[in-house]
Amino acid sequence: MREPGRLGDAFLRPGSSSFLDFLNEHAPELLPSAGPAPSAGGGSLAPHATTIVALVFAGGVVMAGDRRATAGMMIASREIEKVFPADEYSAVGISGSAGIGVDLAKLFQLELEHYEKIEGSLLSLDGKANRLGTLLRSHLPLAMQGLVVVPLFAGYDLDRGVGRIFSYDPTGGRYEEREHHGTGSGSVFARGALKKLWRPGLSAQEAVEVAVEALYDAADDDAATGGPDIARRIWPVVATVTADGYRRVPEAELEAAVEALVARRTEGRRLA
Amino acid sequence: MTMPFYVSPEQLMKDRADFARKGIARGRSVVVLAYDGGILFATENPSRALHKISEIYDRIAFAAVGKYNEFENLRVAGVRYADLRGYSYDRQDVTARGLANAYAQTLGTVFTTESKPLEVELVVAEVGDGPDDDQIYRLSYDGSVADEHGFVVMGGQAEQLGRRIAEDLRPGMALGEALRLAATALGTVGTDGALLAAGKERAIDPTQLEVAVLDRARPRRAFRRLTGAALAEALA
Repeated sequence: MREPGRLGDAFLRPGSSSFLDFLNEHAPELLPSAGPAPSAGGGSLAPHATTIVALVFAGGVVMAGDRRATAGMMIASREIEKVFPADEYSAVGISGSAGIGVDLAKLFQLELEHYEKIEGSLLSLDGKANRLGTLLRSHLPLAMQGLVVVPLFAGYDLDRGVGRIFSYDPTGGRYEEREHHGTGSGSVFARGALKKLWRPGLSAQEAVEVAVEALYDAADDDAATGGPDIARRIWPVVATVTADGYRRVPEAELEAAVEALVARRTEGRRLA
Repeated sequence: MTMPFYVSPEQLMKDRADFARKGIARGRSVVVLAYDGGILFATENPSRALHKISEIYDRIAFAAVGKYNEFENLRVAGVRYADLRGYSYDRQDVTARGLANAYAQTLGTVFTTESKPLEVELVVAEVGDGPDDDQIYRLSYDGSVADEHGFVVMGGQAEQLGRRIAEDLRPGMALGEALRLAATALGTVGTDGALLAAGKERAIDPTQLEVAVLDRARPRRAFRRLTGAALAEALA
């Protein structure tokens, strides 16, 4: 990083409220996609982060992610976190190449906070979703080399008063989802579970339970998704976003939800 | 061929300083005050959109007097500086001292090399873990920096207001008490700019005040604006 005594021209130039634009212009070497693109096959290098689910409920949206990262046949991490607050009223979850995904999430958080500080107001939810798409598109050269990141974005729309979910493809395409969505290797199973468990007008607590159960089903059938680790007391990261803002669901609540779920399945002999 | 008149460097600097001081003195004052739970910023500002007090980073805030376009430009530069630094290193590596140095260099260079000095005066403040760790830096139009303790007043009649605050200031004031002290001090300047005697201060309507705090107790972003009912209640 350049360390100027005085603030250089790039700092004092009026106009942009985007940190990404500023970084592109002033210090492009700090972008996650900086440097010459590596040769193909980079995907096997980096640990892989897996399943994220999101679903809307009455008054907001829930996002949840399991805690496993894999490197080939090995478990790279048992307690990686893949769901982050993007700002006060939205959450972002990442699946795919773990290190780059976490960096993208960090850059996205900064992009939103930077805008908020410079403009003195929040971006609209659609504006935030579009910024994430732009960020992802700038990452396309790395995605082409196998370092694919697929985020999921969910937030509370302050203008409409509802929770909304946006999914992305690796090229930055942005798609609004209705009701619920999942991404990552276990999402096939998680989405199947969500279809059966989701119904309109869920309460926040019910929505958290549905998210935990969907991840449980994903971990049941996908080797790369970690289930709740009862011995180590490691639970998924679950967050709700409502008019009151982002709230990470405390461990005690998750523990209760997991125990109730396991007991229900054991009793009902729904183990297959 | 015409020859330019010789102007001594002393005279040149003095002219520039006078020019900058005149510009700064025209504006309303900003008061920055340490209280037990953090740092308070207050100024008389009827605008809800054009702020004189702003957030720079998690624990750092900025206050300014003078020409709006000039200090707004510096504020944006400060946000960019802080965000870039936090992104390249870590959030805890962004300090008010670093930012104050960057501002001082910028102001100093403009003062000596450009045709017109910046007509601004700034405060960069950072709230620490305890009252002893709080930092308040005051920066002048010529790039000089002062490390202040307790309080700062900038803008029109700053010296008189500063004396008024120094009389009543005591360490470890609660927020309400500090806020009332700041509002009273701001009220000692009449609407015509004349100084009012003690006890005859103008009561400023809460809607005309711009107030913010760096609240030590808040987890990450310490900056919070006090507006509307919350402000009226704290002032009462």
